[in-house]
Amino acid sequence: MDTTITLIMLFISAALINNYVLHYFVGICSFLGVSRRVDMAFGMGCAVTFVMAIAAFLDWTLTYYILRPGAPLPAFVWRSLSGNPQASVDLSVLSYIVYIFVIAAAVQFVEMYIRKFFPALYRAFGVYLPLITTNCAILFACLEIMKHLQDSTALWSLPEALTLAVAGGLGYCLAICLMAGIREELDLCDVPKPLKGPGISLIIAGIMAMAFMGFTGVEKGLTTAITILLPK
Amino acid sequence: MAEEGPTALERFINGILPENPVYRQLLGMCPVLAVTNGVKPALTMAGATAFVLICANVVTSLIRGLLKPHLRILVFTLTIATFVTIADKFLAAYVYDMSKQLGPYVPLIIVNCIIIARCEVCASKQGVWTAFADGVGMSIGFALALLSIATVREILGSGTWFKLHVLPASWPGWGIMVLPPGAFLTLGILLGTAEWFGMRRRRAGKGQ
Repeated sequence: MDTTITLIMLFISAALINNYVLHYFVGICSFLGVSRRVDMAFGMGCAVTFVMAIAAFLDWTLTYYILRPGAPLPAFVWRSLSGNPQASVDLSVLSYIVYIFVIAAAVQFVEMYIRKFFPALYRAFGVYLPLITTNCAILFACLEIMKHLQDSTALWSLPEALTLAVAGGLGYCLAICLMAGIREELDLCDVPKPLKGPGISLIIAGIMAMAFMGFTGVEKGLTTAITILLPK
Repeated sequence: MAEEGPTALERFINGILPENPVYRQLLGMCPVLAVTNGVKPALTMAGATAFVLICANVVTSLIRGLLKPHLRILVFTLTIATFVTIADKFLAAYVYDMSKQLGPYVPLIIVNCIIIARCEVCASKQGVWTAFADGVGMSIGFALALLSIATVREILGSGTWFKLHVLPASWPGWGIMVLPPGAFLTLGILLGTAEWFGMRRRRAGKGQ
């Protein structure tokens, strides 16, 4: 039961309280670039969530078995090669290069899949699909997972890593869809000329970030509610 | 080999104001918003980005004859990732507190669009010196942008600049400015101001 509660809290925290876009500022480029129409924004949000989940899975596997300090695989190889049973290997210096490789491969895979099965969506994405590779949100999710795999006393398991990634992706999707909805209405408004385009979008994002700050503390209340309501 | 495109000096000057990466091209928004709650983290970030940008530009320019078109973005990213690892380890070794405060935003330099854009637009087509000058110019432009936003946010948010008190102690400090929403609002308003000045200049130019 405890694990489930932890996962729910993790989900709410990553999707709402510490929203990737509005709290950590990752994925701003596509947040400002693709948020012109709601349907495209939703497609982009789904693509990012999908890629993020795949990348998080690969990232957790690679980090857990190979890249973290004290990982089993390189230590085993090194020990059998050098003959020294106490040898320890730390490959974490390679993490960034490996992560970016994994993300690029995952994006390539998703691109091929969408081109084959959803050609209309593929044309609508245009240049933004390959740009998911450089979408900071995905690398950020990988880095967050890596951060929780450094200390060997409190290692994250795969469900936690996947929850973080999916919740982050859904939070991104929510933020970009809200933004697109507001911007569709904004087309009918008389915006001061210098603020047209990115200026007004950023100010709207600021107001949205203030609204999302209202979620702070929600997870504590929920934990209390769940522990009170659930029978022991 | 015949050089095409702007010269080194033009590239250098273009980076600072006419093609400022933040205000003109809207690139690299993530660090611009995330680390500008104080002047000091903003400058550290600008320094790390400058190191990576210049090194990546020079290396890309040196290997530009070997690049295959369909693999070039991957090569750029891996070059950048290598230099970011160096910068990250350097910061962690010498300015540990700052490195802790910047957190994931140092590794996120890898996906900073400015660097990939510069590799693509300039370094993969032009010689080493031009690429170097371009890197330096863009870095100065980026640093100026970060500095301007951080100045507004730190002065309004906590009444200090570089941790020195510039406003009277009675200044209440607008807490919102050092929190995430303040970053969006400041950048939005500064972008609008820059655009307003640009429009006025264009109108004045037409009038003559």
